[in-house]
Amino acid sequence: MEDMIFYDRLQFAFTITFHYIFPQLTMGLSLIIVFLKGLYLRKKVEKYNDAAKFLMKIFAINFTMGVITGIPMEFQFGTNWAKFSELTGGIIGQTLAMEGMFSFFLESSFLALFIFGEKLMGQKLHFLTGFLVFLGSWASGWFILATNAWMQHPVGYEVLENGKYVLENFSALFTNPWLLPAFLHNQLASVVTSSFVVASIGAFYILRQKNIEYGKLFLKTGVIFGLISSLLVAFPTGDWNAKNVAKYQPASFAAMEGIFETEEAGAEIVLIGQPNMVEKKLDNKIAVPNILSFLTYQEWDKQIVGMDHFEEDELPDNIPALYYSYHIMVGLGTIFIGVMSLAGFFLWRKKLYNIKPLLWTIMFLVPFPYIANITGWYVAELGRQPYLVYGLLKTADGVSPTVSSGNTLFTLLGFVALYMLLGLLFLVLVGKAIHQGPKHQTH
Amino acid sequence: MEIFWFLIIAVVLAMFFVLDGYDFGTGIIHLFFAKSEKDKEVIAKAAGLFWDSNEVWLVAAGGMLFMAFPTFYASVFSGFYLPLILVLWLIIFRAIGLEFRSQFNYQMWKDIWDKSFGVSSLLLALFFGIALGNVVRGVNLGGVEQGISTYEAHFFFLPLWNSSFSPLTNHPGVIDWFTIIIGLISVVTLAIHGANWVIMKTNSSINEKLKKVIFKLNCVLLALTIVSVICWQIVNPDALNNFAEKWYLLLFPLLYIAGLTGLFFIHKFKKDRYGFVCSTLLIVGGISSSLASLFPVLLPSVNDINEPLSIYNTAASDYGLSVALGWGIIGFILLFVYMIVQKRIMGGKIDHMDYGH
Repeated sequence: MEDMIFYDRLQFAFTITFHYIFPQLTMGLSLIIVFLKGLYLRKKVEKYNDAAKFLMKIFAINFTMGVITGIPMEFQFGTNWAKFSELTGGIIGQTLAMEGMFSFFLESSFLALFIFGEKLMGQKLHFLTGFLVFLGSWASGWFILATNAWMQHPVGYEVLENGKYVLENFSALFTNPWLLPAFLHNQLASVVTSSFVVASIGAFYILRQKNIEYGKLFLKTGVIFGLISSLLVAFPTGDWNAKNVAKYQPASFAAMEGIFETEEAGAEIVLIGQPNMVEKKLDNKIAVPNILSFLTYQEWDKQIVGMDHFEEDELPDNIPALYYSYHIMVGLGTIFIGVMSLAGFFLWRKKLYNIKPLLWTIMFLVPFPYIANITGWYVAELGRQPYLVYGLLKTADGVSPTVSSGNTLFTLLGFVALYMLLGLLFLVLVGKAIHQGPKHQTH
Repeated sequence: MEIFWFLIIAVVLAMFFVLDGYDFGTGIIHLFFAKSEKDKEVIAKAAGLFWDSNEVWLVAAGGMLFMAFPTFYASVFSGFYLPLILVLWLIIFRAIGLEFRSQFNYQMWKDIWDKSFGVSSLLLALFFGIALGNVVRGVNLGGVEQGISTYEAHFFFLPLWNSSFSPLTNHPGVIDWFTIIIGLISVVTLAIHGANWVIMKTNSSINEKLKKVIFKLNCVLLALTIVSVICWQIVNPDALNNFAEKWYLLLFPLLYIAGLTGLFFIHKFKKDRYGFVCSTLLIVGGISSSLASLFPVLLPSVNDINEPLSIYNTAASDYGLSVALGWGIIGFILLFVYMIVQKRIMGGKIDHMDYGH
């Protein structure tokens, strides 16, 4: 039984981690594309239009990858988490079905029109199709976050005698206090990723002295979007989420912040340290006193409950992974703010394009926002443990009763192999598009 | 309300098989009949331009099934674990083939990925047919062994095959001689459908030849259909009772027969799209007839101990279903608008259309 849960979780974690490489780019990138296309409509400079169309090519590759890695996500609810699906499908099925209905059809229909239809429909309509793609991809985020919000903080449900959760209040799914902060945080984080990608392509073109005009445009756009989004992702949205965790999932809050013992007179904020699960303390700790209490409650000496306050079976089952995920996310977020502020400053002083070390830094930072996004999701998902639906349904009670661990291990290995091939394809396609550059016209 | 959602999901599922069906079929045609590089390229493009937006229908059907009949979704997806994951792998592998082929311009590279596209399309068509065969045949619900359920009554787990490959036991596997027949019907039907799609959307040099192919395949299909109906009677003697009791359900087999008959006149069609319409009727008729024969059952049980899964014992709450109906109607109106817009801009032959990447 233990084995079974382990492989089911591992397979889901692996496939969703891989999947989330793609949507996190498309959501943010669609915003930047709409911006560039809008700029073209106002200023009528061909460069902006080419740039928008070029980025849409990158978008399309990611969208395709998102679709084919997304189908396994939906299927796995049924294949590996059948008991969970049976008990909660009446509720989360709503938001998942709405995602298909309201966002995928919108996104896929108008993506095709944006790519193939520019000459057939004129510039204003072309802008509109781009905007609808943006709307579709953000709607997708909204419905997925609504689904996840219900699992983090269940609302609007009723429990039947047979243990099933049924919907009692549909609108509660969307007024869930967990939803809006999580959605905004997630979308802004996705803008951070795409800003870094766009800025990185720009830095690459400038350093390579090829497509320099576009390089400058991409770098400038990426830095402006990146600076704004990396600030907003930390404050207010990150802060808002942390307060939600403290309020609704205090056990996860203690674990992710690494607070082993309740601190009566104000809690310190941990900057560095490794959880020692045997002695229940942090090794090599560097911390600043009272800051955490202030950040969470705006009171320096407010008590924050530690992990000692909770029973073993209420605490997340992998505290070090949760703690590291959280600190990696926050640490990287801080670095992003630093780099983007620096780049923003030099952009303002009109020196950015000549500062090579900074350009190299921006170019090579591109994997890190992906890591920050994914570790951010690990915080949400590991923090929710040991529950699938917080406080209601344990993860162990959600797996498929008839699927053996041997079968799951087999399929997990298959996914690993296929996704390696898929990842290779992705790199080839994106690499080729970047290599060809915005001026390249397919015919 | 259950009936309503059953109908909606049936329509979305039929849409998926009509739409993604043609690109599976295109893959089969590509595998066996495309010889010159120019034809290969344009036929791959006839699938490549559209497959991802077609697969959105699968996601939509899955989502709606999950929402409206969660118990069915849970039971069937975990019970058919291995074949479903195989389908997922094939879908991914097919996509890799389609997208990889045009990346490097030398023959061996293209041949490799053409084959992967073709073979996985063929296997997908086969597997979807086998899946349909499994649904009409039924499974050992509750995993009954010697009169005792080993799981909850609505769960089951099917091996890929049992040692006898026979559907007439209490422990059927996914693949047996009955489901293979349905699988073959699916392959032939989708090959015809794909050929019609190629004829409609391209000016490839093999269009005339494909019409002959369609005619021959149609003869095979007629034979297979007759065989399958007889086998179906053997596997499940009550299979056609629904049609005898509710004569209006006969409309669905009639659609199938109309499509089948129509395709014998493929050489006489003046417009390329008539053939596609006929093979669409085949698919819609085939799926709807199968569902109608079971209704209101969704998955029969091969033992007497556990009840079959039906739309009534697997549905979500009435409140949930009616709320969903509200947003569902809005969603479908929007979808209809998108489709009209897209049709107006992207209709016609695709030979000269620019392929995004």
